[in-house]
Amino acid sequence: MPGEVILDVRDLHKSFGALKASDGISLDLRAGEIHALIGPNGAGKSTLIKQIAGGLKPDRGAVHFMGRDVSALSVAQRAHAGLGRTFQISALAMEYTVMENAVLGAIGQSGRTFGFFRPAMKDRALLDSAAAALERVGLTDHASAITSELSHGQRRQLEVAVALTLAPKAFLMDEPMAGMGAEGSRELTGFLQDLKHQAPILLVEHDMDAVFALADRISVLVYGKIIATGSVDEIRSNADVKTAYLGEEDAA
Amino acid sequence: MLPERMINLLILGLLLAVPLVALAMDEPFIITLATKAAVLAVAGVGLNLALGQGGLVSFGHAAYFGVGGYAMGILASHAQSYTPLMEAPFLIEGTKSMLVIWLVAIVASALVALLVGALSLRTSGVYFIMVTLAFGQMLYYFAISWPAYGGEDGLSIYVRNGFPGLNTLDPIQFFGLCFAVLLIVLFVVNLLNKSPFGLALNGAHQNEERARTVGINVYRLRLTAFVISGAITGLAGALFADLNRFVSPTMFSWQTSGEIMVFIILGGVARLCGPVAGAAVYILLEHVLGGLSEYWHIYLGAILLFVVLFAKGGLVGGLSRREVHHAG
Repeated sequence: MPGEVILDVRDLHKSFGALKASDGISLDLRAGEIHALIGPNGAGKSTLIKQIAGGLKPDRGAVHFMGRDVSALSVAQRAHAGLGRTFQISALAMEYTVMENAVLGAIGQSGRTFGFFRPAMKDRALLDSAAAALERVGLTDHASAITSELSHGQRRQLEVAVALTLAPKAFLMDEPMAGMGAEGSRELTGFLQDLKHQAPILLVEHDMDAVFALADRISVLVYGKIIATGSVDEIRSNADVKTAYLGEEDAA
Repeated sequence: MLPERMINLLILGLLLAVPLVALAMDEPFIITLATKAAVLAVAGVGLNLALGQGGLVSFGHAAYFGVGGYAMGILASHAQSYTPLMEAPFLIEGTKSMLVIWLVAIVASALVALLVGALSLRTSGVYFIMVTLAFGQMLYYFAISWPAYGGEDGLSIYVRNGFPGLNTLDPIQFFGLCFAVLLIVLFVVNLLNKSPFGLALNGAHQNEERARTVGINVYRLRLTAFVISGAITGLAGALFADLNRFVSPTMFSWQTSGEIMVFIILGGVARLCGPVAGAAVYILLEHVLGGLSEYWHIYLGAILLFVVLFAKGGLVGGLSRREVHHAG
């Protein structure tokens, strides 16, 4: 089922002093798939995500998105190009309502940050786009709640909703399941399964059950290097992966 | 506990009522105090856009206040001495027209804010505070050492500048003018706060990463807010100079920056009418406590401490029930 390549990471290198956080990483994300990135703590997953999103400049290598080299673009410019991102620790405007957070996404997407005189919360286009995103993740009933009052799981849902307002061409999701109960995790799994048809997802996740249930392909990152990429079954049966990662996890 | 809108009306109503009562009682000095409060409130509303909504703690807003003041001083001093500002390459005359002076004050302070903001917004936190402070102090020493416009002694303007249809020397008429400017500024800032621009500005204050991730250019957003903020404070500087018919380097001093910040903290950070309440209370304290002791700032300090510790939303926050969007 490999589709067209949406996101193409080519030979990324990034060192912090003697530590090679990214040591020649190449991977791609194809239309319609969930590509999971797993690896032990400190393997360099967050560093990689930051470089893809634009928050961190690689020492060497390039990121191509939708067939164009976006290596020189800022976080905001990559977001405009259609890279939707959710964070490991919810990055939301905590004092805004759920709706306001979604509208913030719609403002960024519309490029109307410099609209000065029409109230944002009365703007039909912004509200419609925000409401549709909240509806997708099932937060419509909480639209007027203050974000800081949401449960952990609801914040994760809101993260996804804000990313949705950008009408992204690809998602970067950093541990969307983190801290969610079994119930929430199952719901989100079903949701992502559906979402990938809209835009492919590069998923960093610790929850192995979720990864094995969701991923079309898995890449295993250890000490800044990708030691294996393949289907769920290939990764499960890969000896290197077992010793480097899964074995440790099982023992822990 | 009242809705914030009611509190705002109450604050503005009081500020309007005091000089009217003073007029009836023939107390022109009180009218002048109220005028001072209204003018300083404009400066505070300007800073509040950057500090309250944007989270940009500028400790150098005296720079724009001073630029506005000197715009008035320089234009009016040339007009009163009948000497042109500049003859070559083209003639620029001084003026006694408030409207022209305001325009010059707004444009000049916006340009200075653009320069200061473009550099200082590359830093954040304590560094931002220090860089803005440094620019303010640079202008302060520049004004002191500029003999053409009075140097340390400042500039006196003998007759208040004119406004079409008004006798600006009449205290109540000048108050009315300043109050009207305050209302217009509040109206504009309220629109800005609610616009996509305002929502993005405050959103970036609450979570910068979030704003970037939805594709917002945070640097440009903040720079725009900083320039508008500086321009409003510059307008207040021109009015303040006209109120006193005098400008001096003190307008540029860091104490002035601090005072403008005090209005906001007293009244309520990120509250629309916070700086209005703050400036009014400050003037009241200065008048009442200043009459008791030369060292009235000690009491002001104690009151500020109390507000910061026990009423985080300032006067407006303490009296109103609605939670406002700003991170502490």
